[in-house]
Amino acid sequence: MGSLIKSGGVSGAILSRIATNDQHGENSEYFDGWKAYDKDPFHLSRNPHGIIQMGLAENQLCLDLIKDWIKENPKASVCTPEGVYQFSDIANFQDYHGLNEFRQAIANFMGKARGGRVTFDPERIVMSGGATGANETIMFCLADPGDVFLVPSPYYAAFDRDLRWRTGVEIVPVHCSSSNNFKLTVEAVEWAYKKAVQSNKNVKGLLFTNPSNPLGTILDKDTLKNLVRFVTRNNIHLVVDEIYAATVFAGENFASVAEVVKDLDSSEVNVDLIHIVYSLSKDMGLPGFRVGIVYSYNDSVVSCARKMSSFGLVSSQTQFMLASMLSDDSFVDNFLMESSKRLGIRHGVFTLGLKKADINCLISTAGLFVWMDLRHLLRVRNSFESEIELWHIIIDKVKLNVSPGSSFQCTEPGWFRVCFANMDDDTLHVALRRIQDFVSKNSNKTAEKASDNDQLIQSNNAKKQKWKQSNLRLSFRRLYEDGLSSPGIMSPHSPLLRT
Amino acid sequence: MGILSRKATCNTHGQDSSYFLGWEEYEKNPYDEVKNPDGIIQMGLAENQLSFDLIESWLAKNPEAANFEREGQSIFRELALFQDYHGLPSFKNAMADFMSENRGNRVSFDPKKLVLTAGATSANETLMFCLADPGDAFLLPTPYYPGFDRDLKWRTGVEIVPIQCTSANGFRITKSALEEAYKQAQKLNLKVKGVLITNPSNPLGTTTTRTELNRLLDFVSRKNIHLISDEIYSGTVFTSTGFISVLEVLKEKKLENTDVSKRVHIVYSLSKDLGLPGFRVGVIYSNDDIVVAAATKMSSFGLISSQTQYLLSALLSDKNFTKNYLKENQIRLKNRHDKLVSGLEAVGIECLKSNAGLFCWVDMRHLLRSNTFEAEIELWKKIVYEVKLNISPGSSCHCNEPGWFRVCFANMSEETLKVALIRLKMFVDGPSSTTRSQSEHQRLKTLTKMKVSNWVLRLSFQDREPEER
Repeated sequence: MGSLIKSGGVSGAILSRIATNDQHGENSEYFDGWKAYDKDPFHLSRNPHGIIQMGLAENQLCLDLIKDWIKENPKASVCTPEGVYQFSDIANFQDYHGLNEFRQAIANFMGKARGGRVTFDPERIVMSGGATGANETIMFCLADPGDVFLVPSPYYAAFDRDLRWRTGVEIVPVHCSSSNNFKLTVEAVEWAYKKAVQSNKNVKGLLFTNPSNPLGTILDKDTLKNLVRFVTRNNIHLVVDEIYAATVFAGENFASVAEVVKDLDSSEVNVDLIHIVYSLSKDMGLPGFRVGIVYSYNDSVVSCARKMSSFGLVSSQTQFMLASMLSDDSFVDNFLMESSKRLGIRHGVFTLGLKKADINCLISTAGLFVWMDLRHLLRVRNSFESEIELWHIIIDKVKLNVSPGSSFQCTEPGWFRVCFANMDDDTLHVALRRIQDFVSKNSNKTAEKASDNDQLIQSNNAKKQKWKQSNLRLSFRRLYEDGLSSPGIMSPHSPLLRT
Repeated sequence: MGILSRKATCNTHGQDSSYFLGWEEYEKNPYDEVKNPDGIIQMGLAENQLSFDLIESWLAKNPEAANFEREGQSIFRELALFQDYHGLPSFKNAMADFMSENRGNRVSFDPKKLVLTAGATSANETLMFCLADPGDAFLLPTPYYPGFDRDLKWRTGVEIVPIQCTSANGFRITKSALEEAYKQAQKLNLKVKGVLITNPSNPLGTTTTRTELNRLLDFVSRKNIHLISDEIYSGTVFTSTGFISVLEVLKEKKLENTDVSKRVHIVYSLSKDLGLPGFRVGVIYSNDDIVVAAATKMSSFGLISSQTQYLLSALLSDKNFTKNYLKENQIRLKNRHDKLVSGLEAVGIECLKSNAGLFCWVDMRHLLRSNTFEAEIELWKKIVYEVKLNISPGSSCHCNEPGWFRVCFANMSEETLKVALIRLKMFVDGPSSTTRSQSEHQRLKTLTKMKVSNWVLRLSFQDREPEER
């Protein structure tokens, strides 16, 4: 929980608690890497030694397909000569039901993204300000301040803000571990549920992202079925964030909770408890267009979420364009196929390159990132301090912005989420080369004993400046001591941090 | 159901109010000049449909903005990926300039103090989240926009305590009304966090006077509370002078960079001035860095589509366009306003004297059976179901005097306005009988047909095609 930050002056005392606490979570380390990147961003020709952004789960692989479609379909824009006759009607349209064609097109796309194995009812499609808005809205609909949602960890860092900040809802994590490849089990959920209830918490539901962020794995259909049975038995809600549904590039088919709802008998599933969050930000790579969707099987929730959508409707200009694009079946079919293919290739190239550096990733078949295992590179095994140290080294020395597992509430140190779909091929190869170089330079050195380092740490102040000019050829041991002494990057867990 | 949130099961969203019921009736039976000439005419929707052609002709001359291009280069990729909650810099700069222009450049806006939101709906809710805790209260002068009940209260848990304004002084905000409202809040054990005004006013259509603004600043200064000025209608002022933004008064009183200036916040939107409610463009402007920072983070829940930001940055950076648009828009609004006012006058119905907005605040107290809200609703139902006009009863705007109605004039063609006035005339002149109204309508139709055919005859000599509208 964040602490109340009282700012100086009269104004600080008369703002809301929400405005002055740090429940928005933006002071977390998750954003430190971004800040470093912003100061020194990589560019193939203009800044080839800059930091490569691998902390941003964007899908840039198929934007060309969308760009071409838009060019070939000027009528889809209300601002082109071909489409301007629609301008006034569309510009004037603020009905929170959304354009009918838009809802139809989204329902169509969602069905196709799930291989046509399910269909979606346009009447249940509710708009929101991106999945960010959708997740917050669903919390407002299902829970009161102080209520709890169970969320399997590791989970998307921004859930702390989206689910909790303005809603007052609490997250109780269901910890998953590498011992079974971070797979979510019904037993783990049941255990977390019982424990929460015993501590007098009012658990309103279970929420998870499937395919998973940050793991990139998909939940098998049987477990999903059992989870649906579990929530039904206990009369709590199930919210599945399927924002990565169409980023599946290999392996078994993705089983949407919509399929399970279809397959299960009404005695096993209370559909009033089942809700889906969706968005076009990852599957289509259009985060700028702010297309979030709340899809619920519960009529009251649809009605409530729809009223709340007034606070984050999709621009009618954007609705109109996407309605046209996503009802073009040949475009959609080709897009989904190409996207899956390109993601698969990219994932393959990246994981193969990592293998060359003896780095393994959790086996995954979806997502825009890999869950990288760097536990063997931790100075001290099982230490979050070491994870943060290693992370700062990766940013400052290897010059890659990746996301440390702790920012996803992972309980095991040493895991990192590394994004691969937000750059071109050349940049990916630069990143791989840097990783390979870093690892090969240190392959002969094992982790030094902590005591050796401690002595060196004492005389660190003089070395602060040297660090800034250092390059990748530093020894492993030197890297750690420099990492500890650099100003401004002390981990909050570090015993050396002066309070 | 028992397992949804309290918010989902209460009705603080206010959608059961009459304001929305009229809409529902209209949806069932909407007027159309050709297809449904006996349908209900929508006069309850404060939309500005008068100046689309100006934007459309700009679009025709500026294809780049529509095609995700800038100086011949495609920027589609950049826009598709752009989700920075600080907003597109070129858009914020253009907005800041446009807002200054709207105020005759008497004040200037710093783009760094602007926060972009999904419409004024989101801006107002976000400000509540930033300035008040659940159970706190904001004071609002009555009558006020019915949507505030949802936007300010629903998910935030904030309360609204009315500042009662009456026709006795043209619904102006008085010092005693302010004090009374504050006392009332205290009686209800509510902590007052601020005052929120809409300037120009919805539903009154009047601009807030300098005196009132001074009064408000004194009040919030003394009580150490906030002042929010929702200036969403600032571009609809159709008199040459008249609109004074609270920021101007702050400047005049040399209160810039003081504590009180940090507690003054502006809300704006392009929904009324430019008639673009579908594009969801709202803005918060604040001198308080913490508010700007917090609101910016909150805007994540309702960012403006980058496609729309880009289009509008191009539109609003075109100073020729904005200058011409603001002027022409105002001329058309005044024209339309005057037609409604004189049409109502002709049937003995007065309006509150107004100089802005997309509606008139109409005095129908003399048509009430009794000076009660029941009578007002009775009259309103007659007007909706018999006269077939959807207008908004004053009670839905929390007016404390029965008999006032908000009637919109900018969301229809001139012909439709004429039809509406004819229907009203018939209602006022005599007992409304459906046969009479039907024959009147037939007469009008024939008249119109005749006029058109005469006109066509005249034109045929010049071999030109009659224009639409």
